Amino acid sequence: MAQLNMAQALNRALRDAMTEDPNVVVFGEDVGPYGGVFTVTEGLTAQFGEERCFDSPLAESGIVGTAIGMAMYGMRPVVEMQFDAFAYPAFEQITSHVAKMRNRTRGKVALPMVIRIPYGGGIGGVEHHGDSSEAYYTHTPGLTVVTPGATADAYSMLRAAIESPDPVIFMEPKSRYWSRADLELPARTDPMNRAVVRREGQHVTLISYGSTVQTCMETAGAAKEEGWDVEVIDLRSLAPLDEDTVCASVRKTGRAVVVHESSVFSGYGAEVVATVSEKCFHWLEAPMLRVGGFDVPYPPKDLEEHQLPHPDRILDTIARLQWEDQ
Amino acid sequence: MKSIEASPELTLPGRKPIQLVDENGSAVGDLPDERVLRSLHRAMVLGRRFNRQATALTKQGRLAVYPSSVGQEACEVGATLALEADDWLFPTYRDTVAVVTRGVPAVETLTLLRGDWHSGYDPHAYRVAPLCTPLSTNGPHAVGLAHAARLRGDSLAVLVFMGDGATSEGDAHEAFNFAAVFNAPVVFFIQNNQWAISVPLSKQSKAPTLAHKAIGYGMPGYHVDGNDAAAVYTVVSEALARARSGGGPSIVEGLTYRIDPHTNSDDTNRYRDASDAEPWRAADPLLRFNRLLGVDESAYAEEADRMMAELRAEMNKDAHVDPDELFEHVYAVPTPRLRAQAAALRAELAADRGDA
Repeated sequence: MAQLNMAQALNRALRDAMTEDPNVVVFGEDVGPYGGVFTVTEGLTAQFGEERCFDSPLAESGIVGTAIGMAMYGMRPVVEMQFDAFAYPAFEQITSHVAKMRNRTRGKVALPMVIRIPYGGGIGGVEHHGDSSEAYYTHTPGLTVVTPGATADAYSMLRAAIESPDPVIFMEPKSRYWSRADLELPARTDPMNRAVVRREGQHVTLISYGSTVQTCMETAGAAKEEGWDVEVIDLRSLAPLDEDTVCASVRKTGRAVVVHESSVFSGYGAEVVATVSEKCFHWLEAPMLRVGGFDVPYPPKDLEEHQLPHPDRILDTIARLQWEDQ
Repeated sequence: MKSIEASPELTLPGRKPIQLVDENGSAVGDLPDERVLRSLHRAMVLGRRFNRQATALTKQGRLAVYPSSVGQEACEVGATLALEADDWLFPTYRDTVAVVTRGVPAVETLTLLRGDWHSGYDPHAYRVAPLCTPLSTNGPHAVGLAHAARLRGDSLAVLVFMGDGATSEGDAHEAFNFAAVFNAPVVFFIQNNQWAISVPLSKQSKAPTLAHKAIGYGMPGYHVDGNDAAAVYTVVSEALARARSGGGPSIVEGLTYRIDPHTNSDDTNRYRDASDAEPWRAADPLLRFNRLLGVDESAYAEEADRMMAELRAEMNKDAHVDPDELFEHVYAVPTPRLRAQAAALRAELAADRGDA
């Protein structure tokens, strides 16, 4: 077993995909010889040449738009948006074309491409370097939106995203890039569209994804001391949402809290709460609650500790779930 | 190609548009051969009839909307006929005549505007991308496809249409710049019809010509008389040939005029003087070729009548739209949620029909 972090697992996924399929090409800003600002593309140009991994001009819409044309010609482009909020200039290409090409052409043109977006806060970045933009993409039919919360999943899910016949928004929780795990790669974990139970529990389900999965695991440990047996679900795939795994857990525990970094209002958690409420109403013993960022623009680094969900806030929220009724 | 003023070297495009046939129908440069001239003429005649027929179909409620290219047929036809079989075309919503000229059946070309599906043709079958409605977003797609072809070692070229208004969009810049940096085999054909709905060119750009923009990207730019099909064909052919052989991208501006409204649903009287169009009517691309070749539209009347009759007959059929298809082409395999929604809609429709 080797000790690997998430960035290294992603790098290995790209390397293995490029080795196995000559149609896989990687491009974006600084992804070439420099190896990407998070080192995810390190060594790819040296190994595969500038035709397979190359720097593009600095222009997100152009990067995504060019990837569309390359995918139309049978390639499988994997592009990097350097930071979450930097992807917004590409929003039109993503929503009007990436998401819709299959639909516009009645299935005649598929776009097997991956848009990698390092997202979220917790790294002390400055403005535009800490956004959680997943809800914009999950609201767009035609996109598959996934995010690994665990290092082993990072490898497996990126391989699956590249192999997908449909475009995938691959959100990388950047505060988890350096989290290490014992791993022997290549190794595949659960299918990309499935949620997994990271920790079993009886009393309450914490539903999360990306960076906050680890926060929820820490919370579950602390909750144990309070006598609460917490189940933790890592959604992994945000669109589609694995309703079966989520509902099975909520039916078991009867109580659930959705935890994510992004602002709560119109956030992804609202979708989870609405879906579970529709499907599991009679199993619920308390209203579902959400823990997320305040409804403010992502704050500067000296304030981000207040914005990010932390175990105490999640424990307080669990406490609001009418435990005296038990 | 002695008659062409601009050259692949980065010289500024001429103030005077490149012209091979003047307004009187006289040759003023080296013309393509007779066979090419006749096919340009024929395609323009059919294109004009297609524009007229499609506009008429909006009045009959058979098309939701139609953005006519009357007056721009030399651009539509001249640039498209310069394509070879392996090349790709990336059209905008106004380029239906180009798409039909490329060989896509008329009815399939019109599905977007008819409203029964977005793209009625198979892009791979004709090497024609779907009609693009957002402005200039097709530019990066064209660059990407061209770049992919080069990476594969395929010597094809890509022609992408955009309008004068579209050159103000950020994606036009990104497409020009990517194409130049990648040395992608792309020809950007700007149909400068001088109006972006109601906004005139003077409020769109301060550049001396739109072809001048090419210089800043390190590409050749050609300023062509867009009502001269011979000039458009010749310049675009040359640009495509250079692109195919690794010479990189270029911008061709066809200077023309939108005679009709932006679409059938706007009123040009609200933003321009009737006299504005008069000189352009005199410079009509069809009239010019009638004079050049000494034949008029009637040479193709029978063929045009037959094609339009077929189009009318096809368009007068009620399009078959299957509600199940709403869900079929969102993902390669519909998600459980989409399957459930499809079942719910089927049940709703069955209940409406009284099957339940």
